[in-house]
Amino acid sequence: MHPYDLPDAQGHFGRYGGVYVAETLMSALDELTREYARYKNDPEFLAEYQNELKHYVGRPSPIYHARRLSEACGGAQIYLKREDLNHTGAHKINNAIGQALLAKRMGKKRVIAETGAGQHGVATATVAARYGMECVVYMGAEDVKRQAPNVFRMKLLGATVVPVESGSKTLKDALNEAMRDWVTNVDSTFYILGTAAGPHPYPMLVRDFVSVIGEESKVQMPEMIGRQPDAVVACVGGGSNAIGMFHPYIPVEGVRLIGVEAGGDGLETGRHAAPLSAGRPGVLHGARSYLMQDANGQIIETHSVSAGLDYPGVGPEHSYLKDIGRAEYVAVTDAEALTAFHDLCRYEGIIPALESSHALAYAAKLAPTLGKDQVILVNLSGRGDKDINTVAGLAGITL
Amino acid sequence: MNRIDRCFAELAGRKALIPFITAGDPEPGQTVAMMHALVAGGANVIELGVPFSDPMADGPVIQRASERALAHGVGLRDVLAMVAQFRADDDATPVVLMGYLNPVEAMGYAEFAKAARAAGVDGLLTVDCPPEEAEALSLALHAEQLAPIYLIAPTTPAERLSGIARHARGYVYYVSLKGVTGAANLDVTEVARRVAEIRQHIQLPIGVGFGIRDGQTARQVADVSDAVVIGSRLVQAVEAAAPGEAAATLQTLLRDIRAALDA
Ligand SMILES: Cc1ncc(COP(=O)(O)O)c(C=O)c1O
Repeated sequence: MHPYDLPDAQGHFGRYGGVYVAETLMSALDELTREYARYKNDPEFLAEYQNELKHYVGRPSPIYHARRLSEACGGAQIYLKREDLNHTGAHKINNAIGQALLAKRMGKKRVIAETGAGQHGVATATVAARYGMECVVYMGAEDVKRQAPNVFRMKLLGATVVPVESGSKTLKDALNEAMRDWVTNVDSTFYILGTAAGPHPYPMLVRDFVSVIGEESKVQMPEMIGRQPDAVVACVGGGSNAIGMFHPYIPVEGVRLIGVEAGGDGLETGRHAAPLSAGRPGVLHGARSYLMQDANGQIIETHSVSAGLDYPGVGPEHSYLKDIGRAEYVAVTDAEALTAFHDLCRYEGIIPALESSHALAYAAKLAPTLGKDQVILVNLSGRGDKDINTVAGLAGITL
Repeated sequence: MNRIDRCFAELAGRKALIPFITAGDPEPGQTVAMMHALVAGGANVIELGVPFSDPMADGPVIQRASERALAHGVGLRDVLAMVAQFRADDDATPVVLMGYLNPVEAMGYAEFAKAARAAGVDGLLTVDCPPEEAEALSLALHAEQLAPIYLIAPTTPAERLSGIARHARGYVYYVSLKGVTGAANLDVTEVARRVAEIRQHIQLPIGVGFGIRDGQTARQVADVSDAVVIGSRLVQAVEAAAPGEAAATLQTLLRDIRAALDA
């Protein structure tokens, strides 16, 4: 493995990443880059961050051996990194706290966020309440419908939720609207971006804040099984939970890194959200990366049962890891993810998020191809409470 | 000399009027006639918006224009064809394409530049491609004598101006407020101060846009700059125009602003 020290000073991961934004935001992003560089090794900042993770989030999150599921799959042993047990129910809080602490130090009293499944919105609303900041969350009107419990949760926490009616009314449009807010209120506002995508420095700083997932795993796995896993598997929406798990493992030889995208109705139908599996590089939302786009360079509408994966782009570091072959990217369909969702409920007594169910579904396919002594570590990025309406609806049940 | 430089050289003290419309809005068949109407109304340069699915820097008015054009399937190649058709009757008025980078990426920089020149395009403004990322695009544009047009924002620090100057040709475009297109509240004193500062670093004509809605503001802004850009106000008029009336509406609206500028 080559020494891996990316992004470069301009925010590039090879040919990906960068800062493709309107001029109005350039100085705000420069400022954020400078401030982050100043605090990322600041002992006081890091101590506060660690303290919040421990006492507010409940870290470290455990790793759990899913024995009955492994047996049912027949093959490799499946372990779960339990990000679903974090406060607010997903990995998103790790990033939201890190950025909110930066916002606090930069004197910003208003935070904004985009959200798909609502998990990042809830995490942002939570930390805004915790630190006494005004909070506005942009959410596609379609997702507001799909994720009603999370919308209410954000409101309970004191956030304003703005339904976005433009475009496909999903995560990408929420991101557009958050950018528009930021351009307008750039002096007073900190944009807490919810995934490892967007313009530099976001892919880097989000990655750094969520890398606690992989860092802990690297310590926990040897404690449990005496070695590192053979493969780590994570779902990929914008790519934060995946890069959080992958990044610490990049230099560890022998560990396969597998990202699972939303295959929707199947890659062959075109109705999916799998840019790494079936897209081409382009520029959207501040960075160059793999994208779902048509021949004219227009962004294509995506489809996934999971709101958090329903996004046509992906963080630039994943594009780079794909091209250099360090990580593999695959897709599973809505139906496969739903089967995995129910299996985890029944075999292990854990209700997973539909996003995380994609990673579980691929682990279930991979396990039988490996020996019983091999180990797959799945990043269980979130819990499924928010998804029970969706799952009930698919079964024709109204709650 | 290219059309943009010639246009500014021939102004002889007058201020340039630069209207913006979205290509393909309200429907593709009207765009060329609307461009001619803008010229008849007193336009010196036309900024022609290339529709994009995710116009992050635009307010609701131009977002809707983009959506209307995309509903007709208008892509970058169609926009180039419209310019070529416009050129059949107007070989003098500069046309600058304005939009987002991805459609240009998708076509390929070199291929775009060649096709754009052949169609009679004079410049390109990509909202989401700052000079830091523009090396390859600038080279491709310069090779075909196309002018890269850059935005300068209220938040642009003086240190960045020389970087912009290195790539920019034709004119630069000062965004008169923080916000998306179509926002209100323009502070003329502040605009004057910034334009003066920009002049110390950039030896190109300076246009000012965002938030200009009528002849009076246009006049105030023109007093401290070289050109006035009007977008959302026109696109709004197109949206409100009766079927088939968009061109005539634009011509009337622009004529009033032209009169205020020349008064
Ligand atoms: C539980 C969970 N997992 C995964 C994701 C996908 O995001 P990312 O790819 O950034 O981890 C989301 C997004 O909302 C989520 O809520």
